[in-house]
Amino acid sequence: MRITQGTFSFLPDLTDEQIRSQVEYCLALGWAISIEYTDDAHPRNTYWEMFGQPMFDLRDAAGVMTEVAAARQAFPQHYVKVNAFDSTRGIESLRLSFMVNRPANEPGFELLRQEVEGRHIRYAIRSYATDRPEGERYS
Amino acid sequence: MVASSDDPPLDLAAVMAETDVEALLATLDRELVGLVPVKTRIREIASLLLVEKLRMQVGLSAGPPSLHMSFTGNPGTGKTTIALRMAEILHALGFVRKGHLVAVTRDDLVGQFIGHTAPKTKEVLKRAMGGVLFIDEAYFLHRPENERDYGQEAIEILLQVMENQRDDLVVILAGYTDRMETFYASNPGMSSRIAHHVDFPDYGSDELLAIAKLMLEGMQYRLSDGAKAAFEEYIIRRQARPNFANARSIRNALDRARLRQASRLVSRRGTPLDRADLMTIEAEDIRVSRVFTDYTEQST
Repeated sequence: MRITQGTFSFLPDLTDEQIRSQVEYCLALGWAISIEYTDDAHPRNTYWEMFGQPMFDLRDAAGVMTEVAAARQAFPQHYVKVNAFDSTRGIESLRLSFMVNRPANEPGFELLRQEVEGRHIRYAIRSYATDRPEGERYS
Repeated sequence: MVASSDDPPLDLAAVMAETDVEALLATLDRELVGLVPVKTRIREIASLLLVEKLRMQVGLSAGPPSLHMSFTGNPGTGKTTIALRMAEILHALGFVRKGHLVAVTRDDLVGQFIGHTAPKTKEVLKRAMGGVLFIDEAYFLHRPENERDYGQEAIEILLQVMENQRDDLVVILAGYTDRMETFYASNPGMSSRIAHHVDFPDYGSDELLAIAKLMLEGMQYRLSDGAKAAFEEYIIRRQARPNFANARSIRNALDRARLRQASRLVSRRGTPLDRADLMTIEAEDIRVSRVFTDYTEQST
């Protein structure tokens, strides 16, 4: 199952050229770019690992593209996303976030049902990939 | 019948007009005094880039030209200023995408402990991408007396990016002529990746006077006739002194003259001042300089 998350979740994966122009757009608005990766892409997992430090004061997307390439090389079978942080007072949060890399094979999620008191049912989802420990998933 | 393989003639003037590089070169000529060999080199480089652009239009390609440069010359000869202009020219011709200048020194590139240098250098490189990276006093990167110095690591990363990402950024190394020569001699990889070596000559005394005039115009001051003669003499004496830093020394001299003019005006309290008084630097403001008292001990 293809996991989607973030700003362009409804679109097919962006090409490098499209990623570059999105980054150019962010930089033109003065947002700082950071790159994050994870192999636990549960929809509610918002805490991904940082790949390097956030990049401030960039003027051109070439620097970000270099880092994206480095992240893909270091973590070819992880999810990698690009975040754009707006430091404007009163906003001070992410304005844009989209995936730039995903594992070749995504096994998807299992729906768990738990019967609780009064025959109520609680539901949960669990990624099949998380059976294995961190770093060995999706390989 | 005309041969159909003939391409339409290329219009060099049109390319020049659309890039307004000619206007940039003209401002360069107008606003910077002297530096004739440097200006000639920059015109040559600009012509090369212009022709390269035309060649690209007709599908002739020699690959992206190597644009890394080395500016050598004594202090105060305009290396940083020219680097700024160079960034504008490269941007106008479309050889860098953003045209900003990131000026750094050893401190910004080299870390303080193991593993600190690479991220630091890479961060600077990322910031400079799309523009020009100006490394002032680049010879400090290489410390031959300490073989464990982290400068070498910075140089290696720099070399790698200079080679592989030529279309993303242009690196300009600057420094004093003799020390840069030693630097290149001990880093042949660096020297061979730099296509343009530009040497900045010292200014003559008449050029320094012209610079002083330009600076004063910018600050809305003027020299009285006596002050002008005094300043001419000052320049000649100052040039013979140690630590002469060309235009920078002139700027400092003018700042000190402004200081003395101000204290002179304040000390004649009671007499009314007019606009001309506030603008004029008199001979006495310049004559009291240490440079004129020849027999005193030489100090900074």
